Amino acid sequence: MAAQTSAAAPSGQTSDHGEGEHSRRDFLQIMAGGWALVGGATALWPMLAQFSPDATTVAAGVPIEVDLSPIKEGQAITTIWRGKPIFIRHRTKDEIDKARAVTMSELKDPRSENAGLTDDEDASDKNRVKAGKEQWLVMVGICTHLGCVPGGQVMGEKKGDFGGWFCPCHGSQYDTSGRIRKGPAPRNLEVPPYAFLSDSKIKIG
Amino acid sequence: MSHDSSYKPNSGFERWMDERLPIIRLGADFATFPTPRNLNYFWTFGGILTFCLVVQIVTGIVLAMHYIPDAGLAFDSIEKIRRDVPFGWLIQPIHMVGASMFFIAVYIHMFRGLYYGSYKAPREVLWILGMLIYALMMATAFFGYSLVWGNMSFWGVTVITSLVGTLDEIIRGTGTWLLTQVLGGYSVNPATLNRLYSLHYLLPFAIAGLVVLHIWALHVSGNNNPTGLMVKKDSDTVPFHPYMTVKDGFALSVFVLVFAWFVFYVPFYLADPANSEPANALKTPAEIAPEWYFRPYYAILRSIPSKLWGVVFFALSIVLWFFVPWLDTSRVRSAKYRPAYRWCFWLFVISFIGLTYLGGKPPEGWYVIWSRIFMVYYFAYFIILLPLLGLVETPLPMPNSITESVLGAGGGAPAGAAASAEKR
Repeated sequence: MAAQTSAAAPSGQTSDHGEGEHSRRDFLQIMAGGWALVGGATALWPMLAQFSPDATTVAAGVPIEVDLSPIKEGQAITTIWRGKPIFIRHRTKDEIDKARAVTMSELKDPRSENAGLTDDEDASDKNRVKAGKEQWLVMVGICTHLGCVPGGQVMGEKKGDFGGWFCPCHGSQYDTSGRIRKGPAPRNLEVPPYAFLSDSKIKIG
Repeated sequence: MSHDSSYKPNSGFERWMDERLPIIRLGADFATFPTPRNLNYFWTFGGILTFCLVVQIVTGIVLAMHYIPDAGLAFDSIEKIRRDVPFGWLIQPIHMVGASMFFIAVYIHMFRGLYYGSYKAPREVLWILGMLIYALMMATAFFGYSLVWGNMSFWGVTVITSLVGTLDEIIRGTGTWLLTQVLGGYSVNPATLNRLYSLHYLLPFAIAGLVVLHIWALHVSGNNNPTGLMVKKDSDTVPFHPYMTVKDGFALSVFVLVFAWFVFYVPFYLADPANSEPANALKTPAEIAPEWYFRPYYAILRSIPSKLWGVVFFALSIVLWFFVPWLDTSRVRSAKYRPAYRWCFWLFVISFIGLTYLGGKPPEGWYVIWSRIFMVYYFAYFIILLPLLGLVETPLPMPNSITESVLGAGGGAPAGAAASAEKR
């Protein structure tokens, strides 16, 4: 009992110069404690901010230029941008037709997932490529499930049931427009920001 | 229930010390700590785990003197340790195999707790501390595996870190942002290796701190035992030293024999050959599988054909362990007296082992079907069976005391104790 009485005293109903329930001491204690919290949080900020990519990494993430002229119809190349594989496929007429024949209701992810377009554009094949350059499909070659690199770039690799890409990790399958058709991946392969500098040259980033 | 100190400082120095820092008393109380007289060999794994932690910390500190945490040099520096550093051929495999031995021991320790109800009141905090240690062990092991910077390390880090990207399925953009923060770049990159190295060095000391709390909590509530009964009288216990020190020491010797067999004869038996190849950002290994001790959870992650729900159930499968003290409603601790629970327990063990096996197999055909069957049982065990069995099960008759369970109703039981309990 005695301990409780003494513990209650500092909350100060009648102590010090208290007026009513809240004394000046309470006010000072709350202000001091509040400032200590603000100071602590401020000190923590640099410790958290250092987790972001550093200046070298950001600088290495600048746009790159890729020459498309050596890629024959039906071929594909893989280049690297920001440490990620970039798939560039020179699609055949047949592959484009196959991609265009797909109706929206067959698609698991209805969004274009195209960095050059807004989120509400649908995943029709025309929104996955640049107008007039339908033969060129440019995508980040990272499975949207858990980040593996799907196969299908090189001759002899499994392309899956839809003729595009097949991820060996958990069996996700993409069509000739890089859209998810089967398996656990939730999204279409991402189309990075890129632009045509000339007919045979693009800039990624 | 913490036992009273029986330590008497004998010399002048001991008395002087006892009034300033009673550390000799702490050691003496440790040695005389009363342990149930019926503990079996499953109770030796606490000591074995302490040994494992010390081995990992000592070999790890030594390896850090030779390892180079640089994406371009890490892989070769480990090869160099194995070939050029004096006794590196011995120290590196001890650390590598040591991780697996640590997990073998921790799984036996955890399932022992599950069988004998060691998580029940008053040992809930003891159990949660143990689970925190287990969680930190998994993080530490994962970070350590990444440091090899082999191709499986690289892709393992890619797959596991991309789990945070799942936030994109809830709020678009947040997952990608968080992933960039975790990796320190747009993909797994040299900065990632360095931060994982820093954490790999830090976490074992956090584990050591939790181990101190775990043992402290143990010394407050006292050991559980195969009957699950609380200690009631002096004849139920024997002092920790020499009884348990000798028993633990013998078990540890056998454990070290197995450990040594792996280190000297088959150091790579539990390792994935894909990790003997340096990291390659353009080439995913044909089959991505984590080390064996993560496979039950990995199998659950893969069994669900949706990214978001896969991650949710993956997380849930680990979190559920923490809540076992409250999920289990039975008043009887030990499975020895719970006939129905015993069956459920062993089926759970089979499911866990099955998932461990399937987590290393490609996700196709029957492998997926069996993964799903075991997964359903895994969750049913925690969410349905543990709460339900306590309400419907009739426990077997139990002895009146630990002493009675050892000596029979007649021997050692105080006069007047009911002698009707069934002999076991």
